[in-house]
Amino acid sequence: MKLRTKLLSAVAVVSATSVGAADLEVTHWWTSGGEAAAVSEFAKAFTEKTDHNWVDGAIAGSGGTARPIIISRILGGDPMAATQLNHGRQSEELIEAGLMTDLTAIAEAGGWKDLVNPPSLLDACTFEGRIYCVPVNIHSAQWLWLSHDAFAKAGVEVPTDWHEFVAAAPALEKAGLVPLAMGQQGWQQNIAFNTLTIAIAGIDDWREVTVNKNADVASGESFKAVFDAAANARELARESNVQDWNLATNLVITGQAGGQIMGDWAQGEFQFAGQVADQDYTCLPGLGINEILDTGGDAFYFPVVDDPDTQAAQIELANLLISPEVQVSFNLAKGSLPVRGDIDMSAANSCMQKGLKILADGGVLPSNDMNLTADTTTQLEDLMAEFWASDLSATDAQARYTDIIADAD
Amino acid sequence: MDLSKRPNRLFRNLSAKIASIPMILTAVVVFLGGTAWTVMYSFTGSRLLPKLKFVGFDQYERLWSSRRWMISIENLAVYGICSLILTLLLGFTLAALLDRKIRFENTFRTIFLYPFALSFVVTGLAWQWILNPDFGIQGVVRGWGWESFSFDPLNNPDIVIYGILIAGLWQGTGLVMVIMLAGLRGIDEDIWKATRVDGIGLFKTYTRIVVPMMRPVFVTALVIIASGIIKLYDLVVAQTNGGPGIASEVPAKYVINYMFRAQNLGQGFAASTMMLVSVIIILVPWAYLEFGGKKRG
Repeated sequence: MKLRTKLLSAVAVVSATSVGAADLEVTHWWTSGGEAAAVSEFAKAFTEKTDHNWVDGAIAGSGGTARPIIISRILGGDPMAATQLNHGRQSEELIEAGLMTDLTAIAEAGGWKDLVNPPSLLDACTFEGRIYCVPVNIHSAQWLWLSHDAFAKAGVEVPTDWHEFVAAAPALEKAGLVPLAMGQQGWQQNIAFNTLTIAIAGIDDWREVTVNKNADVASGESFKAVFDAAANARELARESNVQDWNLATNLVITGQAGGQIMGDWAQGEFQFAGQVADQDYTCLPGLGINEILDTGGDAFYFPVVDDPDTQAAQIELANLLISPEVQVSFNLAKGSLPVRGDIDMSAANSCMQKGLKILADGGVLPSNDMNLTADTTTQLEDLMAEFWASDLSATDAQARYTDIIADAD
Repeated sequence: MDLSKRPNRLFRNLSAKIASIPMILTAVVVFLGGTAWTVMYSFTGSRLLPKLKFVGFDQYERLWSSRRWMISIENLAVYGICSLILTLLLGFTLAALLDRKIRFENTFRTIFLYPFALSFVVTGLAWQWILNPDFGIQGVVRGWGWESFSFDPLNNPDIVIYGILIAGLWQGTGLVMVIMLAGLRGIDEDIWKATRVDGIGLFKTYTRIVVPMMRPVFVTALVIIASGIIKLYDLVVAQTNGGPGIASEVPAKYVINYMFRAQNLGQGFAASTMMLVSVIIILVPWAYLEFGGKKRG
């Protein structure tokens, strides 16, 4: 670490002689194996193609840990040059307070409006008609990852949808395996629940509750079925006592667990472990029932800074992040989908191809980050954390879910 | 005459007064000012940034109907009462035993005090491993051949707070023991001689004579333990992170989570105001009895 700092400062001294070179501190929470490999693609491209230096500011822990640190640094007057955030309502107030750089000019020059597909991604970066962030990838949460190894041990066929998975669970249990791997953290359990909602209650009811905050639908029959399915899934995940999502994914990779409901960022972990899609693992978008994906994702924001060199470097980085080559190399490593519809992703494996096809067919939904405030999301995550770890009945959980939706804004 | 006297009073001990100005400013501006600001904004609908948009008692209504807050309060009550009683009891007992002129007193004292040198984060992580069912106590005892042995507090929502209590006691008892030991050393040797002459039993000597004499020491220990209980946060974060589910949440963690993760300052401020109110409710009558009475007497 020390040596690296010394080298970096040596590089900084050398490159400081060239005009306008800047050290750009970039914060993000990409720290798992696959994620770190992906972010190094950004760093490599940035140092090679520009005069500036990428100073890596990785923050360990998931977004829930990193986001408060990032936001308090921006609010506290010590902004980094660029930062990852999930675009959507998380940064609304920061933009309102004038703390983020307006990127509208370069977005228009680069023709982002025509490039970015689906357009909802750029909408999530837009606040009162101005663009404030660069979307870098599309992440969807509605995936079921299945271990071929585990199902071979249990002597059953690899399921093709959630119902078959539930039916195969007893065989997995008999073979001494955990049917469903689940990290014991609220946000993961919330993703699983949300995925079950889309698969079981259907898209119309999902939209009614998540987008329109309709509490009547949330207390209705279709959501009762979702809560019953979740209570069932809770039993399947009973023996899974890991915390972090990548440890849960690792249970699937090593064949100790049958499957995991997790976003497509899990793909990076399979790839990092040298596994091949459809050979070692199978992915089912929308749990194999409703093949539709939400279009959450990561975006880079550029807090307002005074230094003109840094400002210039910020613009260069913004343009670089959305450039075709970087989009390809980054997203291949990350396992996420690119934000441009006009690039060649034939190098992608079969899981990503499934995602690309759904995207091309227009099977997309806005993500929860875009619909719900951090406040509502936290309340939902608290509810899910309690629900998945206790014996809270499906009926009680649904009643409380309805209350949260009724209060949401 | 009067004019020449007044400045005298003001300027008496001038250097001492000047020296205490920074602390006075800190206390007034940071503590009192910050507290007043927090209480005021707890009545607003502030989200990520503080905004003066008053919403009355909405934040408090939501707080007290939140299940997570109720669990947090319950956990703090259980942890607080158990920790207060057990720390005092264990601390005093250990100190009394050490005071019996035993051999290797220094060694024992060091061993008992050592956990206090560790931060709550290290304590939490260490006990997370010790209580881990696969690698910790349960695993070891099962390895000895007692296959049915079960001790897994951290994964059981009903008793997880006791798992945290064990770690808290392990960390905090040593300090209280040392304070008690200092108190015991302050008891005059003549008193022990007198009790021996009068033929008073050992247990009775401690409970009837020594403990009442150590009242100031107990008050000191009580304040230290109580402040540790109210700010319980890092131990929980390191050991269970509030889990399983939300079974080991505590109020301080609720405040932090709602202020920063949920981006809802108003809710976080309401929660921290309630923490302050509960401290005041407990502290004021006690302080009145403890310190107010003496002035009159």
